[in-house]
Amino acid sequence: MTPLLHRVLSRTRETRDTWTLELEPLGEAVRPRAGQFDMLYAFGVGEAPISTSGEHLGDGPLTHTVREVGAVTGALCRLEPGDPVGVRGPLGNGWPLAEAAGGDLLVVAGGIGLAPLRPAIRHALAQRGDYGRVSVLLGTRTPGELLFVHEVEEWRSRFDVEVDVTVDAAPQGWHGRVGLVTTLIPGAVFDPAEATALVCGPEVMMVFVVRALVDRGVPAERIWVSLERNMRCGVGHCGHCQLGPALICRDGPVFRADVMSRLLEVREL
Amino acid sequence: MRTLDELIAASPVFAGLDPEDLASIADCGRNAGFEADELIARDGDPANSFYLLRQGRVAIELHTPTQGGLIIETLDPGDIVGWAWLFPPYRWHYDVRAIEPVRAVAFDGGCLREKCDVRRELGYELMLRFAQVMNDRLQHTRFRLLDVYGASVAS
Repeated sequence: MTPLLHRVLSRTRETRDTWTLELEPLGEAVRPRAGQFDMLYAFGVGEAPISTSGEHLGDGPLTHTVREVGAVTGALCRLEPGDPVGVRGPLGNGWPLAEAAGGDLLVVAGGIGLAPLRPAIRHALAQRGDYGRVSVLLGTRTPGELLFVHEVEEWRSRFDVEVDVTVDAAPQGWHGRVGLVTTLIPGAVFDPAEATALVCGPEVMMVFVVRALVDRGVPAERIWVSLERNMRCGVGHCGHCQLGPALICRDGPVFRADVMSRLLEVREL
Repeated sequence: MRTLDELIAASPVFAGLDPEDLASIADCGRNAGFEADELIARDGDPANSFYLLRQGRVAIELHTPTQGGLIIETLDPGDIVGWAWLFPPYRWHYDVRAIEPVRAVAFDGGCLREKCDVRRELGYELMLRFAQVMNDRLQHTRFRLLDVYGASVAS
């Protein structure tokens, strides 16, 4: 799969180390679904797997939110409008939004995990009648590290979605919650028997969130998580992202929680 | 309007206690209210009370010379605020501030300790329940020590 040439249309700073890039194709377009990812190629530096953070239903730009954690993501974050970037994709399976229709939808995101979930939230709000109650629970390190602040405020202002945010620590004057994202689950309004949960964030956070959801009565088969591994080829050939029998890039990155738990509980993996 | 006994019985931490225990606890309780930004307890002050939140949110704050006031946890209706009344030297270890107007049941810790000394079964029940609260908050604190949102796979 050859990278398709794109050009940076805009670059928006989300937090201290995280940027959202809008890319326009210079030829064939890439249209990932919510939960899928693309390999973004910073020319001369390398490729990194980045989940789509936008909905791509029409002709709009391709949207990715990148956190600087290494050389490639650092180079991507420093791209300026007009700079070229390569895109391979769409890759992976995506969130099961069609399967979730008809019941309540619970979205739990931690830190940068909100980026892959934003298209799912946008989809649910755009197709609001397809879902029962919609709850969005967000956890992050500090108030300043919350992604998509203005959009989250827009969600909060709606009467048909419940949005709750908690941070690990905050300066005096913060009026929101301080505590674990799992503490939001007991108070969230949804029917555990009919709900589908979409979870993305650091793996240890997802393990605790899945336990809290199962304690609340959500069947593990209706909880979906998105895993992050060292993805290189993106198409299941190189084996770098192997986790037990699964190749995260090919079989995931979205997995059912009962499948994920079996994989993550094996310490040798 | 619900009585103190009913409010206490409906709270997660005291749910399921027998009526005699609930009455003993209610004897040591009174309604309390705090304005937004009012300091409910101050680090180092005698911890003569603890609170069952009925309405509003409070912040547990830690003051550092370099960062000023830092909120390390917030508590909401149904939560218990304070366990320093149980352990010598009975002093608060953090500031507790009302983030918004707060209504709570304030309990006299000395009164409750005396009742526990007389009725050891009540003391055991309270210790079990406060130990659960402390265990939950310790687990949450340990989890946050991992700083999971700061870590990521480098690429």
